[in-house]
Amino acid sequence: MRSSVIVFPGSNCDRDIAVALEKMQFKNQMIWHKETSLPKTDLIVIPGGFSYGDYLRSGAIAGKSLIIDEVIKLAKNGCLILGICNGFQILTETGLLKGTLLRNKNLKFINKDVNIKVLNNKTQFTSKYKLNQVLKINIAHNEGNYFTDSKHLQELRNDNLIAFKYCDKKGNTNLDSNPNGALDNIAGIFNSKKNILGMMPHPERMIDKLISNDDGVNLFSSLLN
Amino acid sequence: MEITNEIVERHGLKLEEYKTIQKLLKRDPNLLELGIFSAMWNEHCSYKSSRIHLKKLPVQGKKVIQGPGENAGVIDIGDDDAIVFKIESHNHPSYIEPYQGAATGVGGILRDVFTMGARPIALLNSIHFGSTTHPKTKSLLNGVVSGIGGYGNCIGIPTVAGETKFNETYNENILVNAMAVGLAKKDKIFYSKAKGLNKAVVYVGSKTGRDGIHGASMASAEFDENSEEKKPTVQVGDPFTEKLLLEACLELMKDDSIIAIQDMGAAGLTSSSVEMASKGSLGIELELDRVPCREDNMSPYEMMLSESQERMLIILEDGKENHARKIFEKWDLDFVIIGKTNNSKNLTLKYNNKIEGEIPVEILATKAPVYDRKWVKKKVIQKKIDIKQLKKIKLEDALIKILSSPNHSNKSWITDQYDQMVMCDTIQKSGSDSAIIRIHNTNKAIAVTVDSSANYCKSFPLTGGKQVVCENWRNLISVGANPIAITNCLNFGNPENKEVMGEFAECIQGIKEACEFLNFPVVSGNVSFYNGTNRKNIFPTPVIGGVGLIPDISKTLNHCFKKENNNILLIGKTFGHIEQSCFLKENFSISEGLPPEINLNNEKNNGETVLQLIRKNLVLSVHDVSSGGLLISLSEMSIGSNLGAKIYKPKKLANKFEYFFGEDQGRYVLEVEKANLDKVIKMLNDNEIYYENIGKTQVKNFEIESEFNIDVNDLFKINNQWYNNY
Repeated sequence: MRSSVIVFPGSNCDRDIAVALEKMQFKNQMIWHKETSLPKTDLIVIPGGFSYGDYLRSGAIAGKSLIIDEVIKLAKNGCLILGICNGFQILTETGLLKGTLLRNKNLKFINKDVNIKVLNNKTQFTSKYKLNQVLKINIAHNEGNYFTDSKHLQELRNDNLIAFKYCDKKGNTNLDSNPNGALDNIAGIFNSKKNILGMMPHPERMIDKLISNDDGVNLFSSLLN
Repeated sequence: MEITNEIVERHGLKLEEYKTIQKLLKRDPNLLELGIFSAMWNEHCSYKSSRIHLKKLPVQGKKVIQGPGENAGVIDIGDDDAIVFKIESHNHPSYIEPYQGAATGVGGILRDVFTMGARPIALLNSIHFGSTTHPKTKSLLNGVVSGIGGYGNCIGIPTVAGETKFNETYNENILVNAMAVGLAKKDKIFYSKAKGLNKAVVYVGSKTGRDGIHGASMASAEFDENSEEKKPTVQVGDPFTEKLLLEACLELMKDDSIIAIQDMGAAGLTSSSVEMASKGSLGIELELDRVPCREDNMSPYEMMLSESQERMLIILEDGKENHARKIFEKWDLDFVIIGKTNNSKNLTLKYNNKIEGEIPVEILATKAPVYDRKWVKKKVIQKKIDIKQLKKIKLEDALIKILSSPNHSNKSWITDQYDQMVMCDTIQKSGSDSAIIRIHNTNKAIAVTVDSSANYCKSFPLTGGKQVVCENWRNLISVGANPIAITNCLNFGNPENKEVMGEFAECIQGIKEACEFLNFPVVSGNVSFYNGTNRKNIFPTPVIGGVGLIPDISKTLNHCFKKENNNILLIGKTFGHIEQSCFLKENFSISEGLPPEINLNNEKNNGETVLQLIRKNLVLSVHDVSSGGLLISLSEMSIGSNLGAKIYKPKKLANKFEYFFGEDQGRYVLEVEKANLDKVIKMLNDNEIYYENIGKTQVKNFEIESEFNIDVNDLFKINNQWYNNY
């Protein structure tokens, strides 16, 4: 499986995701944001970080960069796209995913391991997980507070487009288990065709038991399937 | 413009110093030249009060590749890998503008590390605030923590360890010390020494603005009630540009294009060009019209003294300009050749084809005044505190009081604001004795930690100096690392005060003795004097940052208990030294008497034996005993693991408070499985280590025989409430 990681000025999880993809046997390449075309690829990853320093609004400038037109084109042709953290913010700025990511409710950067649960395991990103499986996964963001309009929220619920929700150890989703104030505890969503996933938690940080756990591995192995 | 006494004083120079300048130049300097002298001869850049004392520190060792004198220290960790590290203060700016002050502190220390060719892999910090009831403390804490996080998170380097302390001595002068650690290849270290004639001097990075003009001189003066007016001298940080600069520099460093490189830190373009020229015994001519400026009509004076961030000066090999320019343009950074090297040994500054200033480099760099300031030995006041004379309290209540105090509360409110995991090599985050960072793509790791003990240093600087080094060493040992070297940030009051200078001299002596004995050299550091306001000096606060090597990542451990029914061993002798303890300070507000003595022999023997036990996989958890004494160490081991412990009181116990809260040095708590107990004891006996078998781990309850029994969950809550309620 071929993967491409887009690198913007200010991306800083690009190496981490590349290490994870290679460890999971993807044939990975790094793509500089000034490119205007992509080599053949099955998966495009937009990594975490602070593209363009989060200036203007997180993800806003990257969402208008040269490579993005190509990403949008391939997305419409069904190419798999994964946006993690700042990558999720960029995807909402391009319009490939609806909604937006507001500042965390406590107005502080949050880095910690949180629990999320898998709400839909019938997708190419999540097939190796069990339905409602609770994962422990690291978050690290300032703007992870997902928000969307009520019509879209209904659509997300009805069409099973919510990928992950923040929860407690037992899988309960409530205010106490919501780290950043996200609407409906949403941690990650799909587009309507389910070929695009945007998520705030960092699966690439959870592939090595020495530093954390391996709860992120199945996301990559689902993609390999 | 005539240079009047008033102008001289406004530049932070003494009149005698000005006379020296006139003598050395054999003429009066003009204003630009005076500004340059003020930038180079202030305390911050010239180390004029500290130099003769710093010379005493041990700076060499088998693993030392580069000691003090370069942008950062470099040590060998085997396999052609080198670790580059340094700590630096940003105290004065952080008090005036906490967010930007702290952020640019982080940015500055990162540049010191990647200037040398290293990719930064970890950030640490030591931050000290005034009393928690002081009206400014809360906003300063908030601003500093967001600033540290804001910079480190954005540039994508994990902030993995640190310390946060509160004491009224810092009410009007907080301390913000940032440490950066980088990884380089041993044969690809870059230095600042200029070489060769007619080589291009290149300016890269951000544009120059009017921010931070005279920042270094500000940092070399005491504060008074008008300090707020100094806000314009605080620099503004841009971690995004620094990230670009980092990547561009590392890309250019892959080949041999760079002859010398120096970041523009304190005193900006002035100190970077002077240092490069001085180290290479060359001259440098700069054409200031070419300096990329952020604002219109900047004068040569402003350009030379600006402390705008995220800038570097590079001396390039012939014919490499285009190659280098392409890299910096790719990263959207300015790249301008602003001058060249020559053999004049002068710093020559041209503007509009006119020489605006010309000073022999030698005078600026090596002829800066050196002061052997008057100092007096600390009058040591022996005072034995008799606990029996104090109000009666319960052991449990005393423990709760300490665990819920600002200085001992869990700091996740702070550390959750730092990205600790980016780069995916953080094996051990903050909260244990040291953080552990894997060397990317290898099976080895480094341990890093920062420590300080201002209370000890205040009451007896000589012992205090020794103690900080030993505690740092112990913290590295506790996670299974061989301590290699340290960097130090020496935060003191006004050096013109002979008591302060005495504290400095004696702390240095203490650091020297401990470092020599433990073979733990100082490879980099920074001195920050003039910490104080209106003639009130802060407690002497040397901060030590240490690095150790873990050759095999499978042999690391942390302080958390692992399993119930294991033996708990206390290594090192407990005398019950209660003066200067956290117990007396938190429970009785007593801070008199002397700190616990350091026995370097025991320290070394105990530490080396503990390390052997870890390497032989004979212990499951280790925690050093430091501030708060044995009971605090034990409760931290419980809180971290959610496992309890049952501790027996020794049969002959003079005083339980002294036993459980005494802060005797050189001690560790070990968790040992029954199956390994005999082996461990044999090894301790063979090495003549004093130990006590003090109890066992158990589920759920933390218990001291016939004293108290408390649920670990409750201990956790007690330890976790302060920050959230502040």
